[in-house]
Amino acid sequence: MGKTESCGCVLPNSTELYGKEMATRDAYGITLVDLGKKDSRVVVLDADLSCSTKTAKFAKSFPERFFNMGISEQDMIGTAAGLALAGMIPFASTFAIFATGRAWEQIRQTVCYSNANVKIVATHGGITVGEDGATHQALEDVAIMRVIPEMTVIVPADAYETSQSIYFAANYYGPVYIRLGRAKVAPVMPENYKFQLGKAHIFNFGKDVNIIANGLMVSEALKAAEILNKEGISTGVANFSTVKPLDEKALLKIAKSSRLILTAEEHSIIGGLGSAVSEFISENYPVTVKRIGIRDSFGCSGSWKELLKFYGLTSENIINTAKKYLKE
Amino acid sequence: MVDIENLKEKSRQVRIEIVKMLAQAGSGHTGGSLSSADIVTALFFYKMRHNPEDPKWKDRDRFVLSKGHAAPVLYTALALSGYFDKSLLGSLRKIDSPLQGHPCCKLLSGVEVSTGSLGQGLSVANGMALGLRLAGSPARVYCLLGDGEIQEGQVWEAAMTASHYKIDNICAIIDHNRLQIDGNCSEVMNIEPIEKKFEAFGWNVFTIDGHNMQEIVEALDMAEKIKGKPTVIVANTIKGKGVSIFEGKVQYHGVAPNQEELEIALKELGEDGKN
Repeated sequence: MGKTESCGCVLPNSTELYGKEMATRDAYGITLVDLGKKDSRVVVLDADLSCSTKTAKFAKSFPERFFNMGISEQDMIGTAAGLALAGMIPFASTFAIFATGRAWEQIRQTVCYSNANVKIVATHGGITVGEDGATHQALEDVAIMRVIPEMTVIVPADAYETSQSIYFAANYYGPVYIRLGRAKVAPVMPENYKFQLGKAHIFNFGKDVNIIANGLMVSEALKAAEILNKEGISTGVANFSTVKPLDEKALLKIAKSSRLILTAEEHSIIGGLGSAVSEFISENYPVTVKRIGIRDSFGCSGSWKELLKFYGLTSENIINTAKKYLKE
Repeated sequence: MVDIENLKEKSRQVRIEIVKMLAQAGSGHTGGSLSSADIVTALFFYKMRHNPEDPKWKDRDRFVLSKGHAAPVLYTALALSGYFDKSLLGSLRKIDSPLQGHPCCKLLSGVEVSTGSLGQGLSVANGMALGLRLAGSPARVYCLLGDGEIQEGQVWEAAMTASHYKIDNICAIIDHNRLQIDGNCSEVMNIEPIEKKFEAFGWNVFTIDGHNMQEIVEALDMAEKIKGKPTVIVANTIKGKGVSIFEGKVQYHGVAPNQEELEIALKELGEDGKN
């Protein structure tokens, strides 16, 4: 575990991002510039995707602290580790599939085994990459980051939470992986929300069903819960934006009040949030858990809205799954 | 004036500690630790500005052992510099020892970054050099790579980066002993011409005899004066250098001396083996 170190950054007026419907990558771009103004140790690396990851905003504001590494993710992660070990606070960004897949061993060996203070903020996580198709859709990134010792894994739900988690990462000492998305997401976090590492945000507890979600599935979970509650099925929703370390206390509390737990994530059901929840639940307080996510397959091309429907990442599928398994 | 004789004596002591600790551990990488002993000695006892009393001094020169399997040479240089007691060398590769089979910076003071998976060190060294430059530090970064190691693609990504960002506070050194686990580098996967490759990537290149202390010292001094581009020193070395039974023998890449071999080694290195 890293220790918290002050980097001279106070939380900005992040209420600016409160309530905004915005892609989490856009919130990242805005927040990075704020961070860059406040702390000269913040440096940013990208691998030829700065316009898509939105680090280009930082590059324009602080060209001397921005390093375009070209199309070389392994070198980018290694260089970021070196910058961190020389006292800088590097944010390294590219698409999630390349950041975590192409450079996995560099992240394990050089970053985490050295406990280097590197922040890997990957955009284009999940199926909502859309038309580019399977090669560019990271459905395994949370799994392969979560498995590395020393790594912290965060999947924010909206722009407001993204901004807060980016500030958190800058002020925290140790490796952090933050997974962001391409598509616009609805605002879900309340105005008084304060991101805390390893602390789930519980919107409400359900007596029948509790939905544990992160990323854009929080929004779908809230829609599903509203309908289920109206139909007399007591349904709660929790945002587990920190996948690692998992909020075990909240999870135990949820398990104790649930007949059924549903997990919902824009990721493979293998290795991600659903797995993390199932691992804890099965060892500590067995309750039926059903996982909603990509069911062990590659993605495909299509508009992101179509893809969410195609893979069942919708409030409708959450509702149907809840009803089906409550009957059993 | 550089006291070359003193450095030669130091490298003899370094070699003695390397064979002793490897024999005690019963496993480890003999060949590549001995081939780089003169280079590492010149760095730690001549060139680098560092302070064992203050290992995190922000303006210290950094040493990145990209060929992490040569851990014994690094551990010895650190111990003889005073980072920790020499007696710790006997714990190499033992359970609970900070002297892991490959270096871990979380466990041992003086190790700048954890290494062992080949091809990753030059990127880290570049990052350190960029960070130091941004901070206005005069510190330099030295990165030791194996010759077989440059078969890793990441080395060439990093070679491009150093040149692109005109990183002149970095000095890479290739321990060119021509052998890797499976045999001659030229037979496993040809790496030649090393000099022309680095030149084509925009580096300043020096070629030296990696066992000639005078040449090592001069190359390190000259590298510091080259501005606007990175420098690589291609050091021609002999795997297992200093002990005749190990020299040029690929089988000692990853094998430690047994008791009999240790005795021969210590005798050749001018140590009676009693202490």
